[in-house]
Amino acid sequence: MKLTNEDVQEILALLDATKFDVLRLQTERFKLTLRRQSAGEQGTSEWSQESESLAMPQILTPVDTPPPDANSSPSQTQSATSGTSSESASAAGDDSSTIAIRTSLPGTFYRAPRPGDPAFVEIGSVVREDTVIGIIETMKLMNAIHAGASGTIAEILIPNAHFAEQGSILMRIKPDPS
Amino acid sequence: MSAHQKTPIRRILIANRGEIAVRIIDTCQRLGIETILAASEVDLRSRGASLADHTICIGPPNSAQSYLSIDNIIAAAKFADVDAIHPGYGFLSENRKLAEACEAANIIFIGPSPAQLDAVGDKLKARTHAEQAGLPGVPGGKVSNMGEAHQLADQIGYPILIKAVAGGGGRGMKQVHDAAQLAPLIELAMAEAQAAFGDSRIYLERFIAKGRHVEVQVLGDGQNAVHLGTRDCSIQRRYQKLIEEAPAPNLAPSLREGMQNAAVAFAKHLNYRGLGTVEMLVDCDRNAFHFLEMNARIQVEHPVTEAITNLDLVEQQIAVAEGHPLRYRQRDIVFHGHAIECRINAEDWHHDFRPSPGIITKFIQPAGRDIRVDTHMQPGAAVPPYYDSLLAKLIVHGEARATAVAKTASALNRFQIAGVTTNLGMHSLVLRDKEFAQGGVDTGYLPRLLQSQNVAVTSVSGAAKD
Repeated sequence: MKLTNEDVQEILALLDATKFDVLRLQTERFKLTLRRQSAGEQGTSEWSQESESLAMPQILTPVDTPPPDANSSPSQTQSATSGTSSESASAAGDDSSTIAIRTSLPGTFYRAPRPGDPAFVEIGSVVREDTVIGIIETMKLMNAIHAGASGTIAEILIPNAHFAEQGSILMRIKPDPS
Repeated sequence: MSAHQKTPIRRILIANRGEIAVRIIDTCQRLGIETILAASEVDLRSRGASLADHTICIGPPNSAQSYLSIDNIIAAAKFADVDAIHPGYGFLSENRKLAEACEAANIIFIGPSPAQLDAVGDKLKARTHAEQAGLPGVPGGKVSNMGEAHQLADQIGYPILIKAVAGGGGRGMKQVHDAAQLAPLIELAMAEAQAAFGDSRIYLERFIAKGRHVEVQVLGDGQNAVHLGTRDCSIQRRYQKLIEEAPAPNLAPSLREGMQNAAVAFAKHLNYRGLGTVEMLVDCDRNAFHFLEMNARIQVEHPVTEAITNLDLVEQQIAVAEGHPLRYRQRDIVFHGHAIECRINAEDWHHDFRPSPGIITKFIQPAGRDIRVDTHMQPGAAVPPYYDSLLAKLIVHGEARATAVAKTASALNRFQIAGVTTNLGMHSLVLRDKEFAQGGVDTGYLPRLLQSQNVAVTSVSGAAKD
């Protein structure tokens, strides 16, 4: 038995007619808490609901194919990327002659406007504060990443189409002498 | 294919995620249909996976290799030995190739035929079909070079809108105010369209200064079609719908009737089989409506229609896909009351609607009569950065619009979400606003309201199709 929205509506209809203000229900499969927020006439009380499905997913695994994470490149990408970002994070303190370009959002890093296009920048590219150096795709939104400083791209830490953790360093800039 | 050949559906693969996967599971359980959720690695522990009878992994988090992989989805469907695939919305829901692959594998695709997907999926073809059915589009047309573009733009008159042929949900759209901007913006639009859809074709159309986005829900069985009324989706930001209601408020009866009839005529012209939405733009100044596009799938905002018709649209989709003729004639469809839906998103509406992925630590939702919440969230649920930001939909029904507005405002106050930043506050702002309370605002309303509240409404470049 699983709990549907209709079940909850029926429970509420019953509760509405009672003087009880809180209902807690837990089975192996779900947890439900209903709280009366304000009483109205019969059937018009306002409630709040907390519910949780507790059932373990029943995973079907095809017998003749390797488990999903064994041969999928993006998973490897992801772990490789998080390795890179922690490395670069530790390197951040060491390297005071360059400026780090970080992403404030986690997401997929794209170095070119579209597949096959030349990258926005390469090592040695001269950039200004507002130069777009790449795109981070987070929750289906494309966010342009700006250099943030003027200078020359000295290092590219996250490769194209790889996942970048929040706050990780994408590139380093050797700033213009001031 | 013989008409109304009936194939019972007993086992469905849900090729989607998020709240819509949970929503489809709900109906299937009520109907006694077994569900197999196709999930990416990152969704294997989702609420949908917990609720489905079985879950099967279709690949890594990146949707190109999972939710958008026809091969992986067909392989999963074959392995799970399902009768049908429900594609939900977004992802492959309107993909002709998936529908064809289903046919080849002898699996029912819960949606229109490949030919119908083709007829409405390409916006230019859709526009031609709509015109043939007597439903005119916004003045405009396709252009293939700058010379043509300038000529057509002058003919339509500025401001104009550049749209991607393969686009949707606002992706790839650009506004052009004068001839000098035309060439650079067309180049940009073509580059973006190529990147987003692998198809750089674009078209131009008249930009309607004050418009309302009103759509008509249709349901067809391949021969007959009925409409299930209007929905108003004018509360938008960057072409993303945030609040929808049914029926569309303050619409002249003749206009409403005209739109509904036009939508049915269009569906009949296509011999449409399935659930579809005919999106139209109401030109407020001219009191006219134009065809925008047809969405050949269930919509995010379908629950407001369910609330005023008492129909389960997923159930109707399944029945039609099984080969049953429509169970309703137009006069059997009865509308009562008014319904409002708020899309609760993981985004920081105070900071340019920045996406806010994370882990949900608290999720308390409003409940009670006339209140429905569709969600895949619960304490501990992940909001991964790979997919859209929709957390939940709050749907509230009232006898009259004013009652629905008041109940929605009160329900929003009882919503508590922690762990990610949400737009709950923005919804409260709208639901308490006087202009919204009057009903029938235009698509420029929300950006104006946000601006008046000093909420930043700049940058973020793309937008997702729902």
